[in-house]
Amino acid sequence: MTECIQLAGGKVYDPANGIDGEVRDLYVEQGCMVETPSSSPRTIDVSGMVVMPGGVDIHCHIAGPKVNLARKLQPEDHRRDPHPGTEHTRSGAGGTVPSTFATGYRYATLGYTTAMEAAVTPIGARHTIEELHDTPVIDKGFYVLLGNNIFLQQLIRDGRKEEFRQAVAWWVNATKAYTTKLVNPGGDEPWKGKKNSNVKDIDEKSDFIPVSPRQVIDAFVDTVNELGLPHPPHIHCNNLGHSGNFQTTLETMKTAGDRRAHLAHIQFHSYAGELGKNPKSASREIAEYVNDHPNITCDVGQVMFGKSTIMTADAPLAYMLRGFKKGKWVNADTECESGCGIVPFSYQEHIYVHALQWAIGLELFLLSKDPWRIVLSTDHPNGGSFMSYPKLIRLLMDREFRREEIKRVNQKAINSTILNELEREYTLNEIAIITRAGPARALNLSNKGHLGPGADADITIYDEMADKEAMFNAPRYVIKSGALIIEDHEFRRDYYGKLLHTEPGYDESIVAEVRPFFENYYSIEFPNYAVDDSYLHDHEVIATV
Amino acid sequence: MPLLLRQIAAPDVPMEADNITPDRLTGQGAADVERLALMHGSESRSIGDFFSATGSYDGIIDLQGDDLKRVKFIGAGMSRGTIRVEGDVGEHLGAGMGGGEILVNGNATDWVGPEMSGGRIEIHGNAGHLTGSAYRGASVGMTGGEIMVHGNVRNETGNAMRGGLIAIGGNSGDFTGVNMLSGSIFVLGELGIRTGAGMKRGSIISMKDAPLLPTFSYSCTYRPGYMTLYLLHLSRVFAIAEEYLQGSYKRYCGDSVELNRGEILLYAG
Ligand SMILES: [Zn+2]
Repeated sequence: MTECIQLAGGKVYDPANGIDGEVRDLYVEQGCMVETPSSSPRTIDVSGMVVMPGGVDIHCHIAGPKVNLARKLQPEDHRRDPHPGTEHTRSGAGGTVPSTFATGYRYATLGYTTAMEAAVTPIGARHTIEELHDTPVIDKGFYVLLGNNIFLQQLIRDGRKEEFRQAVAWWVNATKAYTTKLVNPGGDEPWKGKKNSNVKDIDEKSDFIPVSPRQVIDAFVDTVNELGLPHPPHIHCNNLGHSGNFQTTLETMKTAGDRRAHLAHIQFHSYAGELGKNPKSASREIAEYVNDHPNITCDVGQVMFGKSTIMTADAPLAYMLRGFKKGKWVNADTECESGCGIVPFSYQEHIYVHALQWAIGLELFLLSKDPWRIVLSTDHPNGGSFMSYPKLIRLLMDREFRREEIKRVNQKAINSTILNELEREYTLNEIAIITRAGPARALNLSNKGHLGPGADADITIYDEMADKEAMFNAPRYVIKSGALIIEDHEFRRDYYGKLLHTEPGYDESIVAEVRPFFENYYSIEFPNYAVDDSYLHDHEVIATV
Repeated sequence: MPLLLRQIAAPDVPMEADNITPDRLTGQGAADVERLALMHGSESRSIGDFFSATGSYDGIIDLQGDDLKRVKFIGAGMSRGTIRVEGDVGEHLGAGMGGGEILVNGNATDWVGPEMSGGRIEIHGNAGHLTGSAYRGASVGMTGGEIMVHGNVRNETGNAMRGGLIAIGGNSGDFTGVNMLSGSIFVLGELGIRTGAGMKRGSIISMKDAPLLPTFSYSCTYRPGYMTLYLLHLSRVFAIAEEYLQGSYKRYCGDSVELNRGEILLYAG
């Protein structure tokens, strides 16, 4: 099974345990970090190298029906980026939406060992679990989309708070999810029912079900915190991408009050300016609110130049974006629970809006005062591939590099931001927080994101280099659950991580409430809806808090 | 002296032989060439398992055999030199090539010169579907160079073509020039149906009358100045009747579901 390993002499960055670059030995046994091993370990000399916990991606899109649809939509993306197998690993295809195998291995080659798929419809949960099972190396989980669920919105409308809570808990159990996800809450139903309609204001009630986004957000924040799910509702606010949307984002955070909430890809929600005109940066207003409210966590959703694939449950947004490129696109309805849109996209340096989005993301990172609550993400593959994380890290750590990159983009956009004035450079310790320790804490994954005794032995070891992009691009060693996966930059064995999910308690009687709605309006039989335990392979139930 | 590759064993399953290009064989002796890899189904084998090599590469590769039909990707990605084939060849001939020349004395099948950007392919027999096309999913196909087929071709010739010349001595199948962006396609024989569907720009010329989509509209009958130049160029390879040089052409513009800036020209006598 897994070896007993001594990692000798590395510079350890373990911010959760207050270790900031101290040289010390670490021990791994039976897949965990231990104080002292019980048997004699194999010693790996990592002196001069940087040792960190394995990376944790809190928000990405890597499995399930919409991801697969994006793969099928772009065979050209796969053809140009084959991912050959090795003696130990399977082959696949890359591009912005890699195949399952390539996804797992590519995360591993960046030193990431955990990733959370951020948007899965309940009806797509089974497919998602099957794909995650084929996504090697990393541990993984997913957030279930409930914010545009007609049945739940009806309960909110009718003020049936207790039934709402039971139903949410049932849905999380039935799908084996990690937490709930809201995407453009309240907006997809009007969009699906009536041409070009969407909710534009957080207090606007849709014609379809008279419930406002604010009521939906409030109900979920309340319920998920009461249920004690390890991660609070993961919220993709209304008005994504629209000028002036930062007001909606602030109102969303205010709705949460002092209760836990996670704001997804907040860069896409930090735009000032007038609706319908060019956006401006509202990074200061957003960063300030987040800085002052310790109950809020967020991930940035940084835009990186080059090819991306927009994939979202925000169907009206995807429909709007399809107009910019005149290429292929998908818009879809997911029964009574969600919408879906996919648009192959590319962010270009010379385009004002794209350069502004890039700059706003960087501003948010640099203005944030508490690295524990701002997580590095590109909303893969929406803002760019996760493969661009090393470059993003360099942009944060290396002011001179950032200045050079700033010169290459639309200057009108840059001049409307304060990016040029921001001198801050992230330290290695801070990078370890925003890529590992912080997201693990935001997810309440107490065994991840740190290297203290009892932690999962998910470890990444980098050669220390001046060029941080090169450094984070190719860790020398990657250890997953105590198994040495990558050694001297080469895969040495295959590994399949586990599904992370949670099981909040609920009263069985709620099933009798959900079932008639389901039998009236869904295309599949109710007994085929919930994902049964036979779909669980290796998994871990993360306790409610 | 050219490098001669003579087939000595028939493959059991299709092979991918993208090493058979001037770019990979320059400076290699016959023994070195035989050691180069090719894919036989899912296994990696060597050229020498299926071909005997004699001579050495001096700018020309001669490929001869009775069962080259299952050899795919001959000349893929080549940028210079000449490949002369005696026999029928497999799919993806000259895929993505940027220069040089492939001459086939036999038939080709589907995917001749997909996404090629330069160079020349000449087929003395017939070719299959998707001659000079984009691969599935890609928005741009052939961008330059020329493909000449003496016989017939099948469907989707020049799919998403953006530049270069395709000339067919015989008939084409359906959807000739589908989603074409620019470039020229000549069909001396008959066009199939739905010619130019979704085309934005570009020219499709045929010497026979053809059924066109309702989204193409008649402009006029005239003698385009460039026609003579093109036909004289084609006359080096094809027999071009004198009346084609002298005659007029009916011009239709389309596809009006797209930009409507493409044209189909049909010989009018
Ligand atoms: Zn997302």
